Amino acid sequence: MIAALPTITPNQITFLALAGLAAMMAVGVVALNNPVRSAMCLVVNFFVLAFIYFTLNAQLLGITQILVYTGAIMVLFLFVIMLLNLSGKQIFPEKLDAKPVIGIAVGLGLFGLIASQVLLPMQKITKINAEYAYGSPQAIGKTLFTNYVWPFEVTSMLLLVGIVGSILLAKRKI
Amino acid sequence: MQQWLESLHPALLALIRVLLFVVPILLLVPGFIWLERRLLSWMQDRIGPNRTGTISKNFPIKFLRGKKTFGLLQPIADGVKLFFKEDVTPKSIDRLIYFVAPALALFPAFALGGTLPWGPSHGLYGLLTPIANVDIGILYVLAISSLGVYGVVLAGYASNNKYSLLGGLRASAQLISYELAMGVALACIALASGSLRFIEIVETQEQALFGALPAFQNWFVFTPYGLLAAVIFGICMVAETNRAPFDLPEAENEIIAGYHTEYSSMKFAVFFMGEYAAMFVFSGVFATLFLGGYNFLPVNWQYLADQGGGAAGLWQFIANAQYWLSPVFFLLKAFLGMAVYIWIRATLPRLRYDQLMFLGWKTLLPAAVVNFIAIAIWIMVSKVQNPVLGTLAALISYVVLFFVFKSFIGTNKEARALEKRTVTYAQFPTKPDSEPAAAQ
Repeated sequence: MIAALPTITPNQITFLALAGLAAMMAVGVVALNNPVRSAMCLVVNFFVLAFIYFTLNAQLLGITQILVYTGAIMVLFLFVIMLLNLSGKQIFPEKLDAKPVIGIAVGLGLFGLIASQVLLPMQKITKINAEYAYGSPQAIGKTLFTNYVWPFEVTSMLLLVGIVGSILLAKRKI
Repeated sequence: MQQWLESLHPALLALIRVLLFVVPILLLVPGFIWLERRLLSWMQDRIGPNRTGTISKNFPIKFLRGKKTFGLLQPIADGVKLFFKEDVTPKSIDRLIYFVAPALALFPAFALGGTLPWGPSHGLYGLLTPIANVDIGILYVLAISSLGVYGVVLAGYASNNKYSLLGGLRASAQLISYELAMGVALACIALASGSLRFIEIVETQEQALFGALPAFQNWFVFTPYGLLAAVIFGICMVAETNRAPFDLPEAENEIIAGYHTEYSSMKFAVFFMGEYAAMFVFSGVFATLFLGGYNFLPVNWQYLADQGGGAAGLWQFIANAQYWLSPVFFLLKAFLGMAVYIWIRATLPRLRYDQLMFLGWKTLLPAAVVNFIAIAIWIMVSKVQNPVLGTLAALISYVVLFFVFKSFIGTNKEARALEKRTVTYAQFPTKPDSEPAAAQ
């Protein structure tokens, strides 16, 4: 009987633990009433997602995930939520109308769209992670500054315009 | 020893590495508290704690009886006091987040050192340190230090107290502001050393001083760009650990105790411990990035020994001692960082909020960016032309960028006058005519 069970490798245990936690936290983001707790669920979700990237040897991607999303964006989210001082039930009144139905339909449609694009290429995957240096800063830096230097520069200009625009909107006198 | 370690399972070896980093910090935290109290009292011309640990009159060794031990047992007494204090938990709090917050404050303080080497990369220490020698060493420190804000912010929110909330909000604004300058200062070092690994950064600093004097080490703090980056990183480091003069989140004369107002007993002690551990690890990061890591003096002993001569044996002996004592030297440098933290606390008054933002956004960030551009120009010209031209180009770019920065800062004087909130005595609306009448 025991021999019939599929063998579980340490890699699978790691992945299942991380992915399960990430999925639970993703549910928690939408299921919890308290906005601060939802935000904290999102923080944990981003944090755990970074560890999944680490297990795939995408080190730079994982650390950027923590640095940008967990460390900067979610802190701003929390800051805004706490400044507004919302309490859970006042801002999310339960109403019976067509919104949930349309929302679920659109969500399922989006899921189907992404799944149709992702699932087919995933059939060809044979290895559990990339080579060690695949996601290293050196490899990504070289690719960014050789093959993709124009998209990179254009993106940086776009970000700069965004920064200048946001300062202009927020503060007329500097 | 080395063979035995190599024969161990990698996971077990990793566990040993983690323990070798975390346990010393845990053991040293009481020492930091003692150091802070003694140093502060010395700097403020007070006596400070000097009674705890006085040797009793019945001690078996005669000449030690009644001797004072500089209050060495004071941290233990403090710990026992905190442990036995009443643990007051307010009623209308967010219970889950309230209890998780101290743990969240402690986690980054200990996780911060995950990529920090306290010994050379070859031989025995190569197996024991750093905990993870990954390609993203500096980024890891930035990422984990940015998580430090959660403990503070959530403690402030969950306490359901307006002063706590104010403390939490101040902390999040402060940490976001100073993280940017810190990131750019670290990027300068990454550019100069060409690597994000701490080990390689230390090895870059072991090269010849200014590329010309092979007997000395080129610690980044000796180079102009490194010195500027070190100053910026040092200031940001103090701000990230919420220490004076950046202790606005817990400013006791404005918002009681800030985010930990509602925390008592051991939960407060956990915040306290996290703060000291973070200070210590940040001091270690500073030492690794700018002060040559585990090297005691900026001298290449091995190079001197290889040169031969009468003293070659002595240099070789010192080089070997340098290798085996490197953890001690690293600890000494981290303790030096702690002492500077305490020195700054004893010297500088707390910043006002607008001063904090001005310093972070309009002084440190532009300075760090200027430094970054100058280093980039220096490296580019040095590689394309020669190092002398490169240094010249870097100096010119410093001057030009400084004047560009000056011209930007000075453009809108009206807005700055509006922002200026310092009230001097001369500005008080005194009423010389009406006051004598009122007195009568």
